[in-house]
Formats: sequence, structure tokens, C-alpha cells
Amino acid sequence: MPELTSLSAAETARAIAHGEVAAAEVARAHLDRIAALDDKLHAFLYVDTEGAMAAARAVDAARAAGEPLGPLAGVPLALKDVFTQRDVPTTCGSKILEGWRPPYDSTVVRRLRAAGVVILGKTNMDEFAMGSSTENSAFGPSRNPWDLERVPGGSSGGSSAAVASQLAPLGIGTDTGGSIRQPASVTGIVGVKPTYGGVSRYGLVAFSSSLDQAGPLGRTVLDAALLHEVIAGHDPLDSTSIDVPVPPVVESARQADVRGLRVGVVKEFAGEGYQPGVEARFRDAVALLAEIGAEIVEVSCPSFRYALPAYYLIAPSECSSNLARFDGMRYGLRVGDDGTAGVEEVMAKTREAGFGAEVKRRIMLGTYALSSGYYDAYYGQAQKVRTLISRDFDAAFRTVDVLVSPTTPTTAFKIGERVDDPMAMYLADLCTIPSNLAGNAAMSVPCGLADEDGLPVGLQIMAPTLADDRVYRAGAAVEAELVRRRGHLLIEEAAAL
Amino acid sequence: MASITRDEVAHLAHLARLDLSEDELDHYASQLDVIIGAVARVSEVAAQDIPPTSHSVPLTNVLRDDVTTPGLTPQEALAGAPATEDDRFRVPRILDEE
Repeated sequence: MPELTSLSAAETARAIAHGEVAAAEVARAHLDRIAALDDKLHAFLYVDTEGAMAAARAVDAARAAGEPLGPLAGVPLALKDVFTQRDVPTTCGSKILEGWRPPYDSTVVRRLRAAGVVILGKTNMDEFAMGSSTENSAFGPSRNPWDLERVPGGSSGGSSAAVASQLAPLGIGTDTGGSIRQPASVTGIVGVKPTYGGVSRYGLVAFSSSLDQAGPLGRTVLDAALLHEVIAGHDPLDSTSIDVPVPPVVESARQADVRGLRVGVVKEFAGEGYQPGVEARFRDAVALLAEIGAEIVEVSCPSFRYALPAYYLIAPSECSSNLARFDGMRYGLRVGDDGTAGVEEVMAKTREAGFGAEVKRRIMLGTYALSSGYYDAYYGQAQKVRTLISRDFDAAFRTVDVLVSPTTPTTAFKIGERVDDPMAMYLADLCTIPSNLAGNAAMSVPCGLADEDGLPVGLQIMAPTLADDRVYRAGAAVEAELVRRRGHLLIEEAAAL
Repeated sequence: MASITRDEVAHLAHLARLDLSEDELDHYASQLDVIIGAVARVSEVAAQDIPPTSHSVPLTNVLRDDVTTPGLTPQEALAGAPATEDDRFRVPRILDEE
């Protein structure tokens, strides 16, 4: 058998179910690899060795007792540190929550546990999921396994680095403006933002509640689909959770067939600001889709150019409200409580000490956009743009089944390159934000390496709300054809660590 | 569109309960000015007849049955608190001294 850490999630689950390997051996192999490599990658903020081994042994015991195993039983997973997991440190990449151990499980964690998925630990992220590089983590950046001097994307960059470097076959991320798809793109793996409301937000520490959505990361489209089915579904604990059946994403990933599928190329997502190598691989992917039977149409979505400015009003506005809860009173850090200081002084000192630069920047931006006299001009206008973007999607999906674009305008940038230029950093989410504002499903799937730097490029596939199965169908077809041509998955070309 | 002054940043920081340093006030004044200048482009689509969207999923009044379900114990709820007293969160004084 090949190395346990190089197997896909589907292969791992099958090997465990057939008794070819114990879940405990699989967990141990991944924990050993983390111990050997994570000093270089800094993918994890916390490794839960005991919890992971206990979960793995429970799967082995269940199998020995003849109990039926779920499709991912015993498969290890890297969990973004924005989900509560009972008694396991949950920091959201922030000093303000350092040392906090939540008293309850998020719904995502509860579903992973019920499915027998082995949670290895909590992964690094931009503080409160605000960023595109993990450089906004209070605990230092994660690194891209393709080039350790470069970012693994963000905000779910710890999870993308972990999956891309075989520290785990599966990862969970969250995507508010592209924070699953962009890290997947720049590390050469698959990432999916499900339809908003498809996966429960209960226990997902809120950044921008109308945009935040949890989703899967994996090295194959099928692995992402298997994880999608485990975590998705209605949850009474999240009032924005959609009460409809989960789309047949695993079946669609297995079909991997785009014959007759109408694919729209978003013409606004090209030109200035796009790296030539990214545009070249994107054009190749569109040509590939045509060769394997898709019908290609150019589509215009004129309002998409207002998506980025609208997002940087809506998301900070919601964050300024959501992060008001971090006031040093009930959990987390408290600073300046010397027995004489009043509560407001303690709150202001705590928040000043506990939040990093980007979080403060967005809190103030949101406070400004929501303040009297500016509300209509900023937040109100941004909400109108949101309507126009949904209308553009609706119009496009009347003529095509899916839309495609590059996932992000460039390959992985160097650590430090954009950290002092917030607007340059924000551009990483240019192509991904529209699907957050409209709530529809979208995937990033690897589509090649850029000529100028040899780094991975992602193809974004967008589908209508609740048609998540279509992104899997198209993504799996692209993946299968690329494997046929190259002889292996793109991720297997990453540097050995 | 309006540009943002250092005094305004200080006011925002107060509203947001952020005890910013003098250096931070300077830094954020220039950065927020650039960002607000860029995002102000949303005003270009200022049509009156466009309804605002606050949420992509149109849901209203999602209610559950009014039945008790198990919750956290006081000990669990207080376990992460910076300070507690008599099974309660202990907070700094909330009123000015007489």
C-alpha cells in the first residue's frame, strides 16, 4: 500500500472499511507527518493528538463490533479554528480568544463526529477570517507547500496548507468572500463554498453573518463531495439554515460528465490585474471543457465590478456588529481591570490589546458605514448592489447551467508582499465575492500551473442557489480530463517537503 | 464623496470601544480614507427603484416550539469567564463613582 498520508479520503475510508488498515494507524501516520512538517508549514494552531486517537480507535471498535461505518469513517480532517469544538482551544486566529475552550460543539463538529471523521486539530487562519493570506493571524502566517516563501491563501489558509501538504486528506474552511476557494486555488486543491444556508453556522464564530458559509477542502472533487454531504443539511439551531434536501453532490462528482452542459464565461473577469499565466490556464480550461462536450457561451455580468466595493461595506458593517461581543466580560481576554477602571475603559483596552490591525480596520470601516449620515450612501447603496448582482446571476443562469472564471487573479503571492496595502490584499477576492453576495454555490478546482512561476491556478465554477451538484459535476469532469492528460492530480507536482 | 479626518477616526474608535494609540489614529486615518474612496463607487448605481438585499436567502420569522431543551450549566457557562463571583460574571463597575 502507498503511504497512508498520500491516499484520498475516499481511498482511506474504503481501506478502513475493508479492514486493510486501522483508523488508528491512519490517524497516527497523519499526526506523525504533522509533527515532522508543521514547523515549516504552521498549518495548525492546535493538534489534538489524544482526541484524534480516541476518535480513530472508536471507529476501529465500531468496525470490530460489526457496526455500519459512514462513507468517511476514520478519515482524518483539519478543522479551521473558527468552529467551536468542546474543550478544544478555539482562537479564530485572535489573541482576544487565546486560551478559550468552548463549552459546546458547533453543528459542523457534531456532524463530523457522528460520521466518524477524525479531527486532527485546529488550523490557522486570518484573524476572525478577515484576510486572504493567513498573515492576519495573531499567531503568524501559514506557508504554501508549493513554495514556503508564499502564502497558502486565506482566510482558510491553515486548512489549505494542511490538505495540500498531506497533513490531512480533508479540511474544513469558511468562505465569506472567497476564503475557501482562494486558498484552494493557490495551493492546488479543491474547495467549495456551498449555497448559503446549506451548512449550519451554529458554532461558527460569526464574521459577516449574511455571507459566512462553511465548506469542504480536499485533494479531489469526490473527497470534497463526500465531506460536503457529511456537514450539509438543515439545522434547527441556525435560523438561516435551508430546510431542503442536500443536493446530490457525491453522485454528481462520480458522474463527472459535462456533455451538454452550458458553461458561461464571465467576460468581466479578465484583463487588467490578471496574471498572464492565470489567464492562459483559464483559457485552457475553457477549451478543455469544450473538448469534453460542454457548450461554451460568453456571458456579461455588468454589476460584478461593483461586487468588491459592496462587499467591503457589507462585510465590515456586519463584522463591526458581530465583534461587539468580544468585550472582555464573559470569555476571552480582559485587560485593564485594576479595580478602579470602569467597564467601558476595560472594554476599550481589551479590544485594543486583543484585536489585530485588520480587524480594527474593518470594525472602524463598518462603524463608519453604519453611522448616522453615511448609512444610506454606503451600507444602503451596497445592499442595492447586492440586488443587482443577484439579478446578473439570475439572468446568466437563464441561458447557462454554470459560470466559470479564474478563482483569483494571481497565483500565491509572497509573504509580506501585500500586508501593508489593504486594497491590494482585497483584490484577491475579486472573482469570488459575487457568489457570497448572491448566496449561490461555487467551487475552485485546479486547472494547471502558471508558466511564469510554476504555481497552481484554480478554475472557479459557479452554479445557481441549491444547484451545488452542478459545480461537482463540472469540477469532476475537469479534474478527470486533466488527470487523463497529466497522468496524475496536479497536487502531486508540488515540491516534496 | 466625504474624506475621513483623524478626528473622525478617533470618534469611530470611541464608538467601537477601541483604545487606539496616537500612531494608530494617524495610520488608520490615511488607510480608511483610501478604502472609503474606493468603496464609494457603489454610489454609481444609485437608482431609486432598486430594492436593497440584506440577505440572499429570503427567510422571515423562523420560530421553534416553545419547549425547554438542555442548556449549559452555570459552571460550563462561566468556565471561560475572565472573572466570576457567586456563579455570576464579575464585571468592572458600570456606573461612575458618586
